[in-house]
Amino acid sequence: MDMSSINWVLLLASLMVAATPILLAGIGELVVERSGVLNLGVEGMMITGAISGFAVATGTGSVTLGFIAAAVAGAALSMLFGVLTQFLLSNQVATGLALTLFGLGLSALLGQGYVGIKGLSVPDIHIPLISDIPILGPILFRHDAMVYISILIVAGVWAMLKYTRAGLILRAVGENHDAAHALGYKVIRIRLMAIAFGGACAGLGGAYLSLVRVPQWTEGMTAGAGWIALALVVFASWRPWRVLIGAYLFGGLTVLQLNLQAAGMKIPVEYLAMSPYLITIIVLVIMSSGRGRAALDAPAALGRSFHASA
Amino acid sequence: MIALEKRPTPSTFWTWATPVLAVLLTMIAGGLMFALLGKNPFLAIKTIFYDPILGEFAFYYRGQLLVKAGPLILIAVGLAMGFRAGIWNIGAEGQYIMGAICGAAVGLAFYPTESWLIFPLMVIAGAAGGLVWAMIPAILKVRFNTNEILVSLLLVYVAEQLLAAMALGPLRNPEASGFPGSRNLQQYPSAANLELIPGTGAHWGVVAALVAVIFAYILLSRHLTGFHIRLAGQSPRAARFGGVNPTALVVFCMGLSGALAGMAGLFEVAGPAGQISIDFNSGYGFTAIIVAFLGRLHPIGILLAGLLMALTYIGGEAAQATLQIPAAAIQAFQGMLLFFLLGLDVFANYRIRLTKREGVA
Repeated sequence: MDMSSINWVLLLASLMVAATPILLAGIGELVVERSGVLNLGVEGMMITGAISGFAVATGTGSVTLGFIAAAVAGAALSMLFGVLTQFLLSNQVATGLALTLFGLGLSALLGQGYVGIKGLSVPDIHIPLISDIPILGPILFRHDAMVYISILIVAGVWAMLKYTRAGLILRAVGENHDAAHALGYKVIRIRLMAIAFGGACAGLGGAYLSLVRVPQWTEGMTAGAGWIALALVVFASWRPWRVLIGAYLFGGLTVLQLNLQAAGMKIPVEYLAMSPYLITIIVLVIMSSGRGRAALDAPAALGRSFHASA
Repeated sequence: MIALEKRPTPSTFWTWATPVLAVLLTMIAGGLMFALLGKNPFLAIKTIFYDPILGEFAFYYRGQLLVKAGPLILIAVGLAMGFRAGIWNIGAEGQYIMGAICGAAVGLAFYPTESWLIFPLMVIAGAAGGLVWAMIPAILKVRFNTNEILVSLLLVYVAEQLLAAMALGPLRNPEASGFPGSRNLQQYPSAANLELIPGTGAHWGVVAALVAVIFAYILLSRHLTGFHIRLAGQSPRAARFGGVNPTALVVFCMGLSGALAGMAGLFEVAGPAGQISIDFNSGYGFTAIIVAFLGRLHPIGILLAGLLMALTYIGGEAAQATLQIPAAAIQAFQGMLLFFLLGLDVFANYRIRLTKREGVA
C-alpha cells in the first residue's frame, strides 16, 4: 500500500461532504429526542427523502426544489409516525421500525424509473477571499451550500434549545410530559412539531446523499446512515454541537476508509467497508459505559407515550 | 369530542381482531397503491392472496409457501420472546447471515466426505453462529448498558460485509474459476437440506419452525422463564421485586432469538438458496419483525402470521410476473400492514369514548 498516494487535503475536504447526511439526520433526531420521542424511522425517512429529492431535482432541473421536496417528503412520512405514536399511542420502537421498513419499500417503488440516471451537478460555493487561503480554503470554504446550511441548522437548534422560550418548553416536554401538561403546554402538538422537524432534516440528509454525495439513485443507498445518525445522538449526549463533532469525526473515518480502499491496502474491501459500523458500535459502548453517563443525559421521558388522563 | 380511556387489561377480543382488521385495511390501502401504479387493484389483490393457494398454478406456489414461512416463523418466534420482555433484538437479519456462514463453513470443511453426522453438525454450527452474533449486543447491554437496538442493527451491516468477504474469499468454490459464491450444498448429499415430503416445500427448517412454536408455547404458558418474560414486559418494576434477573433475561432472550435466526439461515443456505453468495440474505430477519407483531407475539399467532407473510411474498412474485407489479411494492405493502396493526392496537389498549366537551377539557 502506498500511503503517499492519499491526498490529505482532498481527504479533509471531502470529510465535510461525507458527514453532512448524518449531520442533518442527527440534528433532526436530536430535536425529536429532546422532546421525549424516540423515532427509529430515520433510515426510512432518509431514503424517502433521497428518492423524492432526486426525482424532483431531475424532473425540474432545480437542486433547490429537490431539497425542498425531500424535506417535505421526510416530514410527511414522519407524520405517519407522529399520528400513530401521539394520537393512537402506539409503541415508539415498533412504529419507528415500521417507518423504516415502509420507507425502504416505498422509496424502492418510487425510484424504479430513476435507477441509472445521472444526477445534476451541484455547484460549490467559493467563499470570496477565505476560500483562497492555502490548505484551509479548499478544506473548509469550497463546498456546496448544503454543507453550510447544515451547520447553520445545528447553530439554530443550539440557540433555540439554549436561549429561547420555545427551546425551554421543548426540553420540559421531553423531561417530564406530565408536568409540562399540567403547566398548560400542548405536549402532543409540541411533539408533533419536533417529529416533523426531525423528518424534514432526515429528508434533507437523504437528499444530500442522492443529489450531492453520490449523486445518483440506487435502492437502499442510505445503507444504515439513518441508524448511524441515531447512534450519533447518543454519542453527542443530546447536545447539538457534539452532533457536529461526531458527524465530522465519523465523516473523516468514512473518507479515510474509502481512501485506504483506493490506495490498495492489503485488506479485502469488505473488511474496510464494515469499519464505520464497528467504530459506531465501539463509540456507543464507550459513551454508554462510564458510570451510565449516557443514561443520565438522555431526556427523562424519552420513548414514553403521553396520555392525558382526565 | 373523542376521548381515550385506558383499559385495565388489554381487550382479548380486540387483541385478536386487530390483525384481521389490519390485513383487510392493508388490502384496501394496497389496492389503492396498485391503482395508482396503473394496475387493476382487484386483480392484484386476488393474484397476491388467492391465486397462490387456490388458483390455476397453485400446485407450484403451495410448495413455496412453507419454504418462505419456515424461516419467518423460526426467526419471529425467537424475536417475540425478547419483544415481550422489552428486549429489542432487531438485528435478526445479521444473525441469520452469520448462521448461514458458520453452518455452511462446517459443511464445506467436510466436503466431499459423506456422513450422516455432517448435517446435524451444520445445524449446531448455524445456531452457534447466530447465538454468538446476538451475544454481542446482549453482553454490551448487560455489561455497559449499551442500547441493544442500535448495536444489533449495526451488526447487520457488518454481517453483510462479512458475507460478501466470505463469498469472494475463504468460502468461494475453488472449482468455479473465480466466480463469487460457495459450492452448492444441495449437490452435496450429506450437507443438503432437502425437501422431506415432495411437493410440500417442507424441509428441516419447517420442522424446526414447528418445534420452535410448540417449545415457545410451552415456555410462555407453563415455564417460570416464560412467566418472567411476560412479567418483565408488563411491569419491569414488579419483575424486579419479584426476583427476575434482568441480566439473565437479556442474555436468554437475545441468545434464543439469535440461535433460532442462525438456524433459519443455515436451513436456507443448505436448502432453497443452496450456497453462500453475496446477495444470499433477502430480508427475512426484518420481515420476521412484522410477523412477530402480526402474530401478537404469541407462538400460535406467529405461525399463522408467518404463513400470511409468506403468502404476500409468493403472491408478490406472482403479481410481479403476471401484472408487472414491482417487488418493492410488496415491501411497502408489508410495512403498511405493520402500521395499520400498530395503529389499530389503540382499540385493544383503550376504550374510545365519545364525550361532550364540558367547559375546559
